[in-house]
Amino acid sequence: MREKLWIYGGLLLFLVGVTFPVWRDAITHATTQPPALEMPANQKQCVAPTDYMLTSHMKLLMDWRTSAVRDNNWKYTSFNGKVYQKRFSGTCLQCHSKAKFCDRCHTYVGARTPYCWNCHVDPALVKGATP
Amino acid sequence: MPEATPKPEELVQINYDPHEKDWRKTRPEFRKGTFCHAALPKDVKYLGLPNPRDWQPPDVDWKLPPNWKEIILQGMKERLEKFRSFRLFMDICVRCGACADKCQFFLGSGDPKNMPVLRAELIRSVYRRYFTTTGKLFRGLAGARDLTEDVIKEWFYYFYQCSECRRCSVFCPFGIDTAEITMMVRELLNLVGVNTNWVIGPVANCYRVGNHLGIQPHGFKDSIDFAVDDLEEITGVRVEAPINRKGAEVLFIVPSADYFATPHYYTLLGYLMLFHEIGLDYTFSAYAAEGGNFGLFSSHELAKRLNAKMYAEAKRLKVKWILGGECGHMWRVVNQYMDTMNGPADFLEVPVSPFTGTRFENTRSTKMVHICEFTSDLIYHNKLRLNPSRNDHWKVTFHDSCNPARGMGLLEEPRYILRKVCNHFHEMPENTIREQTFCCGSGAGLGSDENIEARLRGGLPRANAVKYVRDKHGVNLLTCICAIDKATLPTLLEYWTPGVDVGGIHELLGNALIMKGEKERTTDLRGQPLQQKSEAVHA
Amino acid sequence: MKPLVPLFVILAVIGLAYGGGQLADTRYLLGIVLPYAAIATFLLGFSYRVIRWAHSALPFHIPTTCGQQKTLPWIRSSWIENPHNKRGVLTRMALEILLFRSLFRNSRAQIEEGPRLLYTENKWLWLGALAFHWSLLVILLRHLRLFVEPVPRFVIGMDTIDGFLQIGAPQLLITDVVVVAALLYLLKRRFTDRRLRYISLYTDYFALFLLLGIVITGILMRYFFKVDLEGVKQLALGLVTFSPTLPAAVGPLFFVHLTLVSLLFAYFPYSKLMHMGGIFLSPTRNLANDSRRQRHVNPWNYPVKVHTYQEWEEEFHDKIKNSGLPLEKE
Repeated sequence: MREKLWIYGGLLLFLVGVTFPVWRDAITHATTQPPALEMPANQKQCVAPTDYMLTSHMKLLMDWRTSAVRDNNWKYTSFNGKVYQKRFSGTCLQCHSKAKFCDRCHTYVGARTPYCWNCHVDPALVKGATP
Repeated sequence: MPEATPKPEELVQINYDPHEKDWRKTRPEFRKGTFCHAALPKDVKYLGLPNPRDWQPPDVDWKLPPNWKEIILQGMKERLEKFRSFRLFMDICVRCGACADKCQFFLGSGDPKNMPVLRAELIRSVYRRYFTTTGKLFRGLAGARDLTEDVIKEWFYYFYQCSECRRCSVFCPFGIDTAEITMMVRELLNLVGVNTNWVIGPVANCYRVGNHLGIQPHGFKDSIDFAVDDLEEITGVRVEAPINRKGAEVLFIVPSADYFATPHYYTLLGYLMLFHEIGLDYTFSAYAAEGGNFGLFSSHELAKRLNAKMYAEAKRLKVKWILGGECGHMWRVVNQYMDTMNGPADFLEVPVSPFTGTRFENTRSTKMVHICEFTSDLIYHNKLRLNPSRNDHWKVTFHDSCNPARGMGLLEEPRYILRKVCNHFHEMPENTIREQTFCCGSGAGLGSDENIEARLRGGLPRANAVKYVRDKHGVNLLTCICAIDKATLPTLLEYWTPGVDVGGIHELLGNALIMKGEKERTTDLRGQPLQQKSEAVHA
Repeated sequence: MKPLVPLFVILAVIGLAYGGGQLADTRYLLGIVLPYAAIATFLLGFSYRVIRWAHSALPFHIPTTCGQQKTLPWIRSSWIENPHNKRGVLTRMALEILLFRSLFRNSRAQIEEGPRLLYTENKWLWLGALAFHWSLLVILLRHLRLFVEPVPRFVIGMDTIDGFLQIGAPQLLITDVVVVAALLYLLKRRFTDRRLRYISLYTDYFALFLLLGIVITGILMRYFFKVDLEGVKQLALGLVTFSPTLPAAVGPLFFVHLTLVSLLFAYFPYSKLMHMGGIFLSPTRNLANDSRRQRHVNPWNYPVKVHTYQEWEEEFHDKIKNSGLPLEKE
């Protein structure tokens, strides 16, 4: 009989473990509501279509970094012909807020904080500094 | 050995890579030398087992009962409920193949169905077909197959080429034990009257008379008396060997081969000398005159029916505890089954060695001590005077018998004794000893003459390891603590590794034991001269 | 050819899911109905199988002893390989489950001229199996970031460790590489080892192809054909909070991944994959070798017919008497 208790106890533990997301979300009252991202007030269009930015911004940023740093190529011509400076702080972060845009979504999907911030500074922290 | 037995050079042409054919499409060939004869109807009848009749494995018609299929499936259903091991081992194998080259029967034959995984698949495929949803729905795609008479024949062939040695189970990541599966299949086969003479014969004898060969009480007494006379000649000391004596402290039970076969007999002499020397108050029993239990090789029920005699006799003789001799599967039964089957042994006392005061706590409930546990304790406490040089004519190795190794863990005690009673002890390679030991290839009721080829094949890995120490260290004696080993290894070694004898631990102990009042020993217990032995070996 | 049938089945599933991922109705089916059905099958089926095992009796204590028993105090016992108490059993089980102790013993036998049998170390299977199982566990736990809000700290930590090589963006995760390598190795064995090919069933290939399909579609989504993670998380959260939603931005590749995962969960209780639960119950591993020390009761023990001493003495009465042995009844 004792050994059956072990088995059923183990099974229960397993079921509790497997359903962890269910009861954890119930405790935290999680909803499917996506995070409220603060959109830029002064711009309507990003450097690439929204769909592309949504899934592949990291790829664009890596491409920018490589071409700028390795090939000294700082100009980016976007899909609608507009030319941008390949600058993370100077271009991206002029419209987007780290805290209210980047971090919110990254935290939501649990994408770990990228190492962008190892070098780049959040402009919000250093008001008036030149990029 | 029969005339037709192939030569070692022929037998060793083994290929471990199977041919491409689907295993479900091959059938075993009942070729002479590979299978055991069917049980005699009179024995089957005497034991009250189903379907006694005349038949032999090569027959086309095995004369199964008309509803054999129903019986087998009903038997499976029942056993799936009664043995968790069975149901679990049917369910969880992933066919990783780790066990494949761990079985001595596969290593000696290259027959893919001797890989433990495939041996188990022989019944697992049937289990899937009749007891799982996917198997019922998807049949072959789910690895299921129908139960046919051919399957029964295949089971008989391959589950009587498994010695229940548990070596595969050591390597299985889930501990799947083919011995358990073999026991189940043999039980199932028994239900339709498919069993072998070499198992059922000894079971019937043991049940009725008290030992495998059916030696009757007076014959048993004669054998023991003969040993006593023999000993007097060798040592000059007259020992006593009481039988059926009430009120002794200890009931001593040995495998019956110890008193009717050589080289077991020399081990018996060793016991008698030891007990005389320390003055043990003990008795043999002519009723429970068998340590071995061939019931285990047939069904749990038969194992229980035979084993019951031990406690019954201990109770009748009013002994305090039981001591057991050198035997392999006997100790599987005693260590893992006896108390559960026939206990509680509340009429006995916790075994205490009267000479060292050691309380054998590990046997607190079963109250049965292994002779090697008993003797090593004596030696450790310096209760014996030993002259190991009397074994100098032997270069010794030790073969761990499957059951004491993997069903008990009796590894150090015999080695401890060996190191004290002889001067030349060499271990075989580490993949072949202790928990990884190879079976002699004749255990679990396979030690018959008619299946000699299968036995020789199964014994190849063991013999090959012996060959290694023979060639490297000049080993000329293999010691072991199993009666089946002692009975079958001489044939095997003579075939594969000539020049190596087989003996027991207590035989060497007897040689080395200095007895009070003994005359100068000129021969060992085998009657071989002590001095000239080394020359005799090379002659 | 045995591998072809399961391969075809998996490819067909992939094709159907890819097509189904593009139509509204089938997206609902694949994204919401199927996952619920699969998880329900998994939870119920898994429990059923374990309860089934538990209901089978445990008549005898039959541990496979892989070391020295506990006997005399001066003999060192192997308390893990041949456990005599609960501590030993738990340690032994932990080693089996977490480190695959028994598989670590694996060797390979060869026969040479002589004859000479050789046993060589062979740890590849152990390494491959360990690498696969541990990677899969880490990958599963990493996926919690999509099912739980807010994301627990240990999940982020695991992600950080997994990506510590810091290659590319999104960062390359070590487990992604390891799991593919291990699965390919396990598959390769089934193809090239002739013994293994001989014993492999359709279902053995099926499990491997299914897992490979899951892993590969996952990797494709992470590194190559990106999907909208926000949408994926909404879908996943919707499922576990019982308020299912189907975000429009999630592409068909995701539906292939989700369908294969659902198939794995639904298939699990019907398959050999149940070894996950079974290993805990294996009576040759999870019992102490203490049957002589402590009595164990067989729940279905029943009286059997025995040949009693009295019957024996009666049958051999004269012979016993003549040989001078004592009798109960003269």
